[in-house]
Amino acid sequence: MRSNIGKTALFLAAAVAMSSATAAWAAPLTVVATTPELGAVAGAVGGPETKITVLAKPTEDPHFVDARPSHIVTLNHADALIEGGAELEVGWLPPLVDGARNPKILPGAPGRIIASEGIQLLDVPASVDRSQGEIHAAGNPHFMMDPANARIVAAHVADAFCRIDASGCPRYRENAQKFQASLDGRMKGWSATLAPFAGRAIVTYHATWRYFCQRFGLSCGIYLEPKPGIPPSPPHLAEVIRKMTDGGIKIILVEPYQPRRVAETVAEHTGAVLVSVAQFPGGLPGTEGDYLTLMDTNVKAIAAALAGSK
Amino acid sequence: MKCPRIIRPIVAVVIVIVIAGGRSVPAQSAPAGGTAPAAASPADMVQLREEVATLRQLVEQLRRQVEDLNSARAGAPPVAAAAGARPGAAAAGAPVGAAAAGAPVGAAATAGAGTTPGPRQDTAGPSDLEKQLAAELGVAPSAPSAPSSGSGEGASANASAAAPAWSPAQPIQIAGGGGKNFLNLSLTALAAGGFSSTPDVTGLESGGHDPNQRGFTVQNVETVFDGAVDPYFKGQVNMVLQLDQAGETTVELEEAFLTSSSLPHNLQVKGGTFFTEFGRLNQQHPHSWDFVDQPLVNGRFLGPDGLRGPGARVSWLMPTPFYSELFFTMQNSQGETAASFRDVPGDVVLGRTLQERPVRTVSDLLYSPRWVASFDLSDTQTLLAGISAAFGPNAAGQDTRSRVEGVDLYWKWKPVNSMAGFPFVKWQTEAMSRHYEADAFPLDANGDGTTEGALPAGAYRDWGGYTQVSWGFRRGWVAGLRWDWLSAERGPAADQVGEPHRWRLSPNLTWFPTEFSKLRLQYNRDELGEPGRGGSADSLWMQVEFILGAHGAHKF
Repeated sequence: MRSNIGKTALFLAAAVAMSSATAAWAAPLTVVATTPELGAVAGAVGGPETKITVLAKPTEDPHFVDARPSHIVTLNHADALIEGGAELEVGWLPPLVDGARNPKILPGAPGRIIASEGIQLLDVPASVDRSQGEIHAAGNPHFMMDPANARIVAAHVADAFCRIDASGCPRYRENAQKFQASLDGRMKGWSATLAPFAGRAIVTYHATWRYFCQRFGLSCGIYLEPKPGIPPSPPHLAEVIRKMTDGGIKIILVEPYQPRRVAETVAEHTGAVLVSVAQFPGGLPGTEGDYLTLMDTNVKAIAAALAGSK
Repeated sequence: MKCPRIIRPIVAVVIVIVIAGGRSVPAQSAPAGGTAPAAASPADMVQLREEVATLRQLVEQLRRQVEDLNSARAGAPPVAAAAGARPGAAAAGAPVGAAAAGAPVGAAATAGAGTTPGPRQDTAGPSDLEKQLAAELGVAPSAPSAPSSGSGEGASANASAAAPAWSPAQPIQIAGGGGKNFLNLSLTALAAGGFSSTPDVTGLESGGHDPNQRGFTVQNVETVFDGAVDPYFKGQVNMVLQLDQAGETTVELEEAFLTSSSLPHNLQVKGGTFFTEFGRLNQQHPHSWDFVDQPLVNGRFLGPDGLRGPGARVSWLMPTPFYSELFFTMQNSQGETAASFRDVPGDVVLGRTLQERPVRTVSDLLYSPRWVASFDLSDTQTLLAGISAAFGPNAAGQDTRSRVEGVDLYWKWKPVNSMAGFPFVKWQTEAMSRHYEADAFPLDANGDGTTEGALPAGAYRDWGGYTQVSWGFRRGWVAGLRWDWLSAERGPAADQVGEPHRWRLSPNLTWFPTEFSKLRLQYNRDELGEPGRGGSADSLWMQVEFILGAHGAHKF
């Protein structure tokens, strides 16, 4: 069996030598984002020359993304990895990064971009206890639903890109500023559209819309799930229905991966309207890859529903 | 007590100051030295209006918070909707129903909107409403879900607003969440209870973590410590406690290893004691299995506790567009975790007492190469295929060797729209073959102390495999079916048979209340020996598992 071992070792050495030639020398930046809204902002900052790949599909539950081995290859070739950083990806990202063995995206490396740095997270729990459901110890991770946070993330991503690729830095900063300017312009429109409904309440499945509601003055305290990550149960839904009828709340937001049947049942009992919204670009048709179009679609849909139901 | 009352005048003063400050901004920002217009420009008016709108929202939020504080002190539950909530509408649905009769004209259609617009009249009490909802959703009326904490807002607001006073009964947080810990600590407990038609359950089950008696078995209580050691390495230690058939506790160091974080040329090195990367199931820990017990082929070829041991492993991520990884492991070849190899001296295998066989050269260690590749067949389907082998010495002679070879295939389907990872279908198959050389051995057939003959030298061959399907048909529910088969272990002479042929069929049903706990019911139908000879057994097992601590992430 010595020859077996010798042969295997020789084969390995030769093959490894071959792979050293495949170092990533390409000038355009290769960026991987965990979720599509981060990918959209990274694309806006990086520009058309940057190659952006997103790991999670826009229509799947971001807490439960399959850690497909093909993502390991994607991460191995990446110059940068953008993650939310609020433990949304903790169930699937670590083994992918471990398998990718890419020094540029290890924690602490310049290519490891934590989008939530510099963002004030809401709902940081005082104590962590799973009897409260699947709570996130760092706070509510869906911070990109507030366009003001997207603004901060764009600047942060531009800084990070500048550190990795100094030659493209002027371009990244200019793109970031353009994105921020477009965002500011649209923000005025969105605030104006939703201003007449300040104080109105809406019902959502999960606490995804906390930041959105806080920004636009809506009230999102009622969820179809009794606790984060716990499926809706008839006693809880009965209480939700009571609150909706008492409060005259007529709007239920539903995202593409959430079970529509639950929302429809509650809507039948309360006369409420279901609004199709999405957390991620690509979750609704026509919003692929573009954060501003996604928020536009969300704002218009919610405003139309609020206008129609009072 | 005075706080809420003070807030309102303070807010009013703040508003006045800010608005006054806002009015003075245009004058201050006028270009120095230029003609300073006395009147504000239209752009300034727009800006002012926006600031006022923002302030209005802020005031509204403060007002709501004040109301919540007031009502909390008064003892009433916080008004959840808090958006112009009218205190206690009289009839539950009547006025709202009438007003909303033609309501659902919105961005999206509602279910059955064509036939029944408008809400139902909820004139019945809450319990009848719950039953109605249960029927509509197809769940049990008081489904064993977590008791609702009033409202989602209540939970989050309470959690962040009032930190509970410390009491000695609170758990001490050693390794917490929020990303602020150096060590991830988790504990998984797995236990099963049930019955089998044969009293010899340990003979029936092939795994060391399988149910071991009629009654209850603590299969596996596993603590995992893992974390980044430094920028260069990640470390992991798995310690397992079990109760054996007699109820005695056994402690086992299952894995303790270091993995490199990044090396040049896409290499990765692992060192310590660990499960050999052979096939698919060998590296998986019992709490993540889809079935209560280990497949028969893993138990016989790789040992009851799997193929593992101290050693080192190097892996290379190949420069292919699809995922392709090559592994090469070198480990110790003795002990019960190298069951097809030097194993434990004194054990009787194939009629031979295993000898003491020292490691004379480097070829007396255990070598395991493996290659695995993954293909994304579509947006919803993934396929993983692998081929593995293990070569090493065995103790049925002084120069005899064994080898085990295996192929494995794993296919998973998950639709583009999936909630909490459901629905899905997983199909996993492994097939292995073993070649076990054995030396001649003196045979004492009638037990009188003298040898009458000898077992001839030669190779024993057997093969086997399993195939299993798991269907997550509904959130939290998985139905599974597995078929195990093992050939007889045939030796050089026609009449020499080691282990017998056997097969098993195992349907099961698992319920995951959350990803941190599960309940599983499994029925095993075992057929042992050749058809017509040997026996059969029926077993029924109920398994429970819970996970505490850091959120472990599993590989695909």
